[in-house]
Amino acid sequence: MILIFSEDNETAFEMLAKGRELAESSRSELTSISFGDGENDHISCGADKVFSIQFQDSKMGHSLLADTVVDVISQLIDQYKPETLLIGSTKLGREVAPRIAQRFGVGCVTDCIDFSKDNEQFTVKRFVLGGRFIMTQKFLHKPRIVTIPPRRFEKKIDISRKGEIIKTSFKPVETKIQVVEIKKKAPHELKIEEANIIVSAGRGMKKKEDIKLIEDLAQVLGGVVGCSRSIAADLKWLSEEHWVGLSGHNVKPRLYIAIGISGQVQHIAGIRDSKTIIAINKDPNAAIFKACDYGMVGDLYDIVPKLTEILKKQS
Amino acid sequence: MDIIVCLKQIYDLAQIKIDTSKRPVTEGVARKLGDFDKNALEEAIRIKEKHGGNVFAVIKGAKDAAKEALAMGADEAILYNAGTESLGTAHILAEIIRKMKYDLILCGEASIDEYSFQTGPRLAQALGIPVMTYARKMEVRDGGVVVERDLEKTYEVAIAKLPALVTVTKEINEPRIPTLIQILGASKKKITETSPSKPDAGVETLSILAVEMKRKEVILKDVEALAKVIITEK
Repeated sequence: MILIFSEDNETAFEMLAKGRELAESSRSELTSISFGDGENDHISCGADKVFSIQFQDSKMGHSLLADTVVDVISQLIDQYKPETLLIGSTKLGREVAPRIAQRFGVGCVTDCIDFSKDNEQFTVKRFVLGGRFIMTQKFLHKPRIVTIPPRRFEKKIDISRKGEIIKTSFKPVETKIQVVEIKKKAPHELKIEEANIIVSAGRGMKKKEDIKLIEDLAQVLGGVVGCSRSIAADLKWLSEEHWVGLSGHNVKPRLYIAIGISGQVQHIAGIRDSKTIIAINKDPNAAIFKACDYGMVGDLYDIVPKLTEILKKQS
Repeated sequence: MDIIVCLKQIYDLAQIKIDTSKRPVTEGVARKLGDFDKNALEEAIRIKEKHGGNVFAVIKGAKDAAKEALAMGADEAILYNAGTESLGTAHILAEIIRKMKYDLILCGEASIDEYSFQTGPRLAQALGIPVMTYARKMEVRDGGVVVERDLEKTYEVAIAKLPALVTVTKEINEPRIPTLIQILGASKKKITETSPSKPDAGVETLSILAVEMKRKEVILKDVEALAKVIITEK
């Protein structure tokens, strides 16, 4: 049995698509956990069975505690003995996965970018050493516990799929942690690591005021402003929260736009996990053009305002 | 207030080169204390400065790492050196820490070489104490610890009674740079070296190989085409 959990439904759906492939090749049953919503969507996305978790005497409120998730998943492991667990690599997932692994005395591999099963050997891959290397590992015990970052795989929906919903009742777990306040972040407080779209400025910018060009483009796209080392560390035109690269922040947006960034090793390592990389630079020999999906050679002061204007009309 | 800080000595990642079979070359590469680990140590020292007590640095690494932690303000350092995975590390740490007296354990949210985010949660689970991850602010008061956790879309303020384990983010503070006097003074402090037995690692590493970039490298000629790509990819 393969068991999937993420409190983020989209991530659960993506893992179900990948889990489906694994279930077919290993003739396992694909199951998932839901805390009260979207059971039918889990089935449409590939689950054979969904454990719909209900709490007796529920005073859970709106925040799902890690203690609760650890307890629920551990009980399901005891009862059903899944051979593989796929957990979404959210902050909650990255806490519960190692805790469950510790409880069962097994290994856990977090932030897996891919996994496969050939000749009975299940292997997982993840980035290490600042994203410059990929490590391949295998598990020595079961259950194998793997966490998968959001947006790693494509979800697949088939509304005609049939599956079973198993309502499972739990006693609320005793916890020593009390949540006293939840404050919503303002959009600009969202961390660059978690941004879907990043527009980054590099040394091609002539003066601090010109960062406005980058901000305007980011705003039109609903993205976050990033920058290279020199802009944050040397010139201090932007604060370090914006610094993208090995010594700054490693990012993994859906779209990364590097503007006036030459593409030093440190910077490229930090953006390696981006889905699509676009570069604008006046130097056709800039290293960034060897590390991007789409590039445009030219003066950023000419290209960026035009680009912002076109995109503004489209939105 | 006795505070234990778990730290790891890591390679300077920028200095790691790649050999002809794409493997990392770590010989001769300088090592330093992990970035977020230093934030955890700094926070422990600040809590001690306010509430009194002792700061014990439990470090995976060599003597120079212990000296760095002691110069920053740890009172005592315990060294262990066993190259192992998260399961093994948590096992060794739990074994060392069970013999110690503590109110609070601090870890960095992750190590910057592996970024696996496992050690703190695993250690808390092994010791059976509450864990609060991703603290960007924290305060010890009334026998408990209050933290502000930096989550994806929210900040969550949570309280746990001591003993507890907290993992901190790099926003929590700016680690101090020791003065020459502190560096010299550190040599008088106690360093204990332990050699734990090699525990079960849980996983086996088959290879570590340099990433090959596989990007499309399409050069576009005009801004309209570029805008089109952005609309498709965003």
